[in-house]
Amino acid sequence: MTDSVLSLHGVGKYYQLGGMQPYHTLRDTLTELVTGRKSSQQSKKGFWALHDISFDLKQGEVLGIVGRNGAGKSTLLKLLSRITTPDEGRIQIRGRIGSLLEVGTGFHPELTGRENIFMNGVLLGMTQREIARKFDEIVAFSGVEEFLDTPVKRYSSGMRVRLGFAVAAHLDPEILVVDEVLAVGDAEFQRKCLGRMNAVASEGRTVLFVSHQMEAIQSLCTRAIWLQSGQVKQDGPAESVVLSYLASTTKDAISEIGSREDRSGQGKIRITGLSIADDENRPPSTGRPARIEFSLSSEAPQQGAVIARFAIRDGMDKVLALLTNEAGIQELTFNGDAGQVVCTIPKLPLMPGEYTADVSLWSNGYLQDKVNRAISFTVMTGDYGAGKGHQVGVVHLDQQWS
Amino acid sequence: MQKHLPLVTITSQKKWALPDVRELWSFRELLWILVTRDIKIRYKQTAIGILWALLQPLLTMVVFSVIFGKLGNLPSDSVPYPVFVMTALLPWQLFTKALTQGSASMVTMGGMMGKIYFPRLIAPLSSVLSGAVDFVIALAILIAMMFWYGVVPGWEIMLAPLFVLLGLASALAVALWLSAINAKYRDVQQAMPFLTQIWMFITPVIYPTSMIPQGWKWLFVLNPMVSVIDGFRWSLLGVRPPDMSSLLISSLSVLVLLVTGLIYFARFEKNFVDSL
Repeated sequence: MTDSVLSLHGVGKYYQLGGMQPYHTLRDTLTELVTGRKSSQQSKKGFWALHDISFDLKQGEVLGIVGRNGAGKSTLLKLLSRITTPDEGRIQIRGRIGSLLEVGTGFHPELTGRENIFMNGVLLGMTQREIARKFDEIVAFSGVEEFLDTPVKRYSSGMRVRLGFAVAAHLDPEILVVDEVLAVGDAEFQRKCLGRMNAVASEGRTVLFVSHQMEAIQSLCTRAIWLQSGQVKQDGPAESVVLSYLASTTKDAISEIGSREDRSGQGKIRITGLSIADDENRPPSTGRPARIEFSLSSEAPQQGAVIARFAIRDGMDKVLALLTNEAGIQELTFNGDAGQVVCTIPKLPLMPGEYTADVSLWSNGYLQDKVNRAISFTVMTGDYGAGKGHQVGVVHLDQQWS
Repeated sequence: MQKHLPLVTITSQKKWALPDVRELWSFRELLWILVTRDIKIRYKQTAIGILWALLQPLLTMVVFSVIFGKLGNLPSDSVPYPVFVMTALLPWQLFTKALTQGSASMVTMGGMMGKIYFPRLIAPLSSVLSGAVDFVIALAILIAMMFWYGVVPGWEIMLAPLFVLLGLASALAVALWLSAINAKYRDVQQAMPFLTQIWMFITPVIYPTSMIPQGWKWLFVLNPMVSVIDGFRWSLLGVRPPDMSSLLISSLSVLVLLVTGLIYFARFEKNFVDSL
């Protein structure tokens, strides 16, 4: 704890499964009150959402936390923000922690924008005087000047987010804990927020940042921690942690599809493996070749024409494209008890971001196997030819101008 | 530079302790802004707004005066029954509002508490305090009524705030227990209207304490609201001063409830969010 502003020693958090009610009765509570001990039932049904987490954060470090849903990221943030306490270990914090787990905490729809700025600001740990001093700046940042004296319930959701972020952006604690707040708002505003985060980080403030947007982690953070099943899987420079995390998500999906139960179709031929990568076996990136591989197998030898489909969905679950070899595009046959189908995209036009895909396999006119959201993958930033800066919209299109 | 920054250590240890008063004090601005927020939004989008704070005690007083005063012919220590009942209704409604809102506070403010840290005690505290504004507004009716009936208070009126404070402390004490329990078992919310109703009947709102048989009085005054209402009534109307031993028992029972409530709450608040 010499020069670190935040340090965790063997921190863990235990949660009971299935909520409290079925396992934690009033009687248990009363017994605990009398004996001062947790009832034995607690150890039966539960899991460690976080276990044995240790790391130190130095002044000025910008740490990104990555991991899949349920890996413990939110729990870690809750512990650091003191919303809940750990069940093991020790956390030491030097200085004021400002946590942004939500934009506009405490906003009340009936109050005006002005009143809510004060409400939210005080909740985040600012004094009223401090808010009054920065008031004009906050209002200017939010861009809702004209509606300051309008109740927030009349605001659009975008305006609410702007206002909330504007307050948050003017918070200056020694340590800033941020959760995915950048995932909201339009692109323009997100850029503004990222810029602000960058500024905060470069001022030498200590920042801890959780996001699913690997881009943001890579561009903002100096260091990253990858959480897996409540434990630190990797801790190191942001660039390399993100790369190995992404590589693993692709690999995870391959092993998963074989064991998925939520599938339909006759099942004579099954999709037992699925992967998407670029031509050098790294995570796919914009503008580079992408290669999608289906591994197929059947219990009894089969023979016949097969059709594979790969429907790409964006983060909002909208189907963006359907890749398929049907309708005479390319005839493929399956012969024996195992096989492989490969689809190659010469130049991936997808914007960087998170995607999922549904896959299905047809043979002799019958649906053999179908798994929805069979794989999730991240497309990394790359150059489609228009330069890295032009990332507006959903896809790149080949274009020629004259 | 870092040497001057406060070091906060969070561990898994749970101790039985009173809340950290210093920390609470550092969050006083939040308490204030929550109280004012509550007041601002309470009568938003109502047609008659703040008049509700007047109407509630006024209508209750009229109904009680007709039913218990006129029809029931309950004694009122030789004071006009409407004034008699009004002097009780004000602290009583202050108490029930504070209690009801305080008990629900951990749930109503739970969403906020899942996103940001502040001493959880702020929640019941702000709910209890915001009820006090209605009390001050309703006081206008009582003053008008005292003029109307020609009741002139004596020096005792100086003590009235003390009894109001005792009433608030009682509400806070019970709300601490109930808000913590309510976070886990929502039964509290269901039981609340019933509880306040029963409680009113064991409190001298519609009848004077003099109606209680002497042998049962010690049990009766364990209810702190007995002394609050008797004391408030005495300080304004000058009738029948509360006796010292009753006052002492009531105050002690508030103190015990408050201290145990604070301790229970302080232990519970740490992982309160997990039980929501």
